[in-house]
Amino acid sequence: MKLTLHIWRQRDRGDRGRFVTYRLDDVSPHMSFLEMLDVLNEQLVGRGEEPVAFDHDCREGICGACGVVINGLPHGGFPGTTTCQLHMRHFQDGDEITVEPWRSKAFPVIKDLVVDRSALDRIAQAGGFISVRTGSAPEANSVPGPKEAADLAMDAAECIGCGACVAACPNGAAMLFTAAKISHLGLLPQGQPERERRARNMVSAMQREGFGACTNYRECEAACPKRISINFIARMNRDFLKASLLHGRERGGKRQAR
Amino acid sequence: MKLDAKIPGGPLQQKWSDYLNDIKLVSPANKRKFEIIVVGTGLAGASVAATLAELGYRVLAFCYQDSSRRAHSISAQGGINAAKNYPNDGDSVWRLFYDTIKGGDFRSREANVYRLAEVSNSIIDQCVAQGVPFAREYGGGLANRSFGGALVSRTFYARGQTGQQLLLGAYAALMRQVAAGQVELHPRCEMLDLVVADGRARGIVTRRLETGQIETWSAHAVLLASGGYGNAFYLSTNAKGCNATAAWRAYKRGAGFANPCFTQIHPTCIPRSGDYQSKLTLMSESLRNDGRVWVPARKGDRRDPGDIPEAERDYYLERMYPTFGNLVPRDVASRAAKRMCDDGHGVGPSGQGVYLDFAAAIERLGEQAVRERYGNLFEMYERITGEDPYRVPMRIYPAVHYTMGGLWVDYNLMSTIPGLFVLGEANFSDHGANRLGASALMQGLADGYFIAPFTLGHYLAGEKPPALDTSHPAFADARRQVEERIGRLLGIGGPHSVDHFHRRLGAILWDKCGMGRRGEGLEQAIGEIRGLREEFWKQVRVPGGAEGLNPELEKAGRVADFLELGELMCRDALERRESCGGHFREEYQTEEGEALRDDANFTHAAVWEYRGDDQEPARHAEPLNLEVVKPSQRSYK
Repeated sequence: MKLTLHIWRQRDRGDRGRFVTYRLDDVSPHMSFLEMLDVLNEQLVGRGEEPVAFDHDCREGICGACGVVINGLPHGGFPGTTTCQLHMRHFQDGDEITVEPWRSKAFPVIKDLVVDRSALDRIAQAGGFISVRTGSAPEANSVPGPKEAADLAMDAAECIGCGACVAACPNGAAMLFTAAKISHLGLLPQGQPERERRARNMVSAMQREGFGACTNYRECEAACPKRISINFIARMNRDFLKASLLHGRERGGKRQAR
Repeated sequence: MKLDAKIPGGPLQQKWSDYLNDIKLVSPANKRKFEIIVVGTGLAGASVAATLAELGYRVLAFCYQDSSRRAHSISAQGGINAAKNYPNDGDSVWRLFYDTIKGGDFRSREANVYRLAEVSNSIIDQCVAQGVPFAREYGGGLANRSFGGALVSRTFYARGQTGQQLLLGAYAALMRQVAAGQVELHPRCEMLDLVVADGRARGIVTRRLETGQIETWSAHAVLLASGGYGNAFYLSTNAKGCNATAAWRAYKRGAGFANPCFTQIHPTCIPRSGDYQSKLTLMSESLRNDGRVWVPARKGDRRDPGDIPEAERDYYLERMYPTFGNLVPRDVASRAAKRMCDDGHGVGPSGQGVYLDFAAAIERLGEQAVRERYGNLFEMYERITGEDPYRVPMRIYPAVHYTMGGLWVDYNLMSTIPGLFVLGEANFSDHGANRLGASALMQGLADGYFIAPFTLGHYLAGEKPPALDTSHPAFADARRQVEERIGRLLGIGGPHSVDHFHRRLGAILWDKCGMGRRGEGLEQAIGEIRGLREEFWKQVRVPGGAEGLNPELEKAGRVADFLELGELMCRDALERRESCGGHFREEYQTEEGEALRDDANFTHAAVWEYRGDDQEPARHAEPLNLEVVKPSQRSYK
């Protein structure tokens, strides 16, 4: 099939950027979206032009590296699908397709379709872990974990950190990303000791990074390629609220100097 | 090249614990003074960086991805082995050791493999404590499933995303150390050379991928955890960015490269659909637990699978290997699939495919149970092929997946360059000539959490490498070489893209150094690769400049290295005049078509030494001295 592509080109962080139109013939319906871009790039290299830069790696929907906005929707808006898993059979001959990078204040564009998502790593650094020393762990089956909780934790843990939730949110919120990690660890017995501290620190980090707040548009859930539920945001809010109320108190109930 | 494996004395079961009692320790005050470079942040890299930082070392970690969480370990699906024996089916450390060494066709070191089996249980403990959401039973205990090459269920899993969950565990530990200021992390930063000063590995040269800035870094030791070289084949299950540059640069600085011909072809991947194909997608081996592999019994039978009655199907793995059935090891399953397709029984548009059928499992367990076990894999398959595997059998075909070969290391995981340690898939490791399923995750984490932190300390305490910074002339020298090479690549301005050459290299390797190899074909391949390499350096076109983000330049450097490594793979395959594991020389097979080893002449690791671009590399051998296991004809019948 033949396609017309309007692709965002931007030289570097300082460049203003613009759409450039390309025409592509002989697109096979079996190609993935990224393979279609590969074909375009190979043609651009052949013509001595600079290829379109985009992030990608595993090309099987798990590394979270890829992600572009296709016709206004992150990853193209197909349920549970990353850009690399989107196949051209979903498009028609003659289609015009607009391709843009994630648009969010917290994700500056580096080049073309590539953005800087290091803010997500900094949220993880603020508390997305259980503090356990290597070698100090108890025998694995000595802490039984209810299957239901483990399954729910796994639902949250499936987040691939691609940032589509942020790109989809009119407020540019990273609530779904942050909530997924807080919920994953907060649902497990191992995650209890740091549960409140984790919620407090990760939410604060999220705000520091310039992400917006949740006003229940639910666009994140619709865009999430791992179908992570916004119920986890409610869970995060509960943990955060509790943590904020308890902050500054000793467990025994004695007030501490702040 | 001196190859001293430094295997401790004493009985096999005691070696590691005796070693730990004997090694030298670094005092807490001194740990702060040591800087350690870790290249790669997959399971091995992230786990070792986090553990060393926790111990008090100052760690510099590098990865080419935009976030350390995206390293290719994330793609591992099926699971991780450990000898916990939770299912009470008779498993033990000894059995895990034996299965692994037998699975590797008796081409690995007993002491290393035993140690791997020994620490496997600690890995599970560690990961559970970190919050890895492994599958559980209703009673709250951990669940297990079976995998190829074993008669016990010892594989722990997190749906079909075990690698992701284990990596996120290690990533979390790493993030904690970054926050604590113990790890300085450099994402989008690729190692382009190793710096060897005064006979020791003392640093690296890197390129910042966003800006193109070239930098040098010094340290007391360098740890490579940079993964395997499967992408030499162009089409593989590896992520697009996976490359051998770090390992290859180390080889060219004097590190021995062991068994480069030991590559694993995974039997269950989605067949390729066209020339534009950029990578192949694995369907986890765990699917063979419940899926049955078959082809039409009649050659060239093009009917829809549903129209082929039971009696006209050949469940060839169950027929040929009744004991292990569909769960034979990967090398055996891949070769059998190739044989079926070569004989005209292949299915799908290209004839390069066999069926993996879940109809029986769905009938036995119900669709819901199958969905719970493999839901995400079925979904992945449907997305790529447009076919629903709940209704139509999957079509699968073997694809390059893993490389058992890699930089040679001794028992301490140190290469032939003092101070250069190699972990995970990047080393030649514990898998011999074939890796069993769910053992790669085990090895990466064993090396990173439980082995290298001790062996590195022993090196630092014993050798006390002196302080040294990037003003040493070796750094400026390595940096100049890196810059010259980049300038050369950008200056060629030929007519062809980097991918053009990479695809051609892949086709040569797949045809002549893939599932079946012959002496004659390998000799041809060596000539063809040399020709292709010359052509590359005259005709490649790398657009853009040295500054700024330039993915074509990144690829060009990696492919230039694959063009050298590919030749070494063929050379190694040529010299190993036997068949073993994934290395199948068609001249050496039993009457039934199984791999025919030559234990008298080849019970060794072949280690290659670089001697300059204009000289052939030297082949050395490390004898494997199997003392405990008796190599037998590997039978899964």
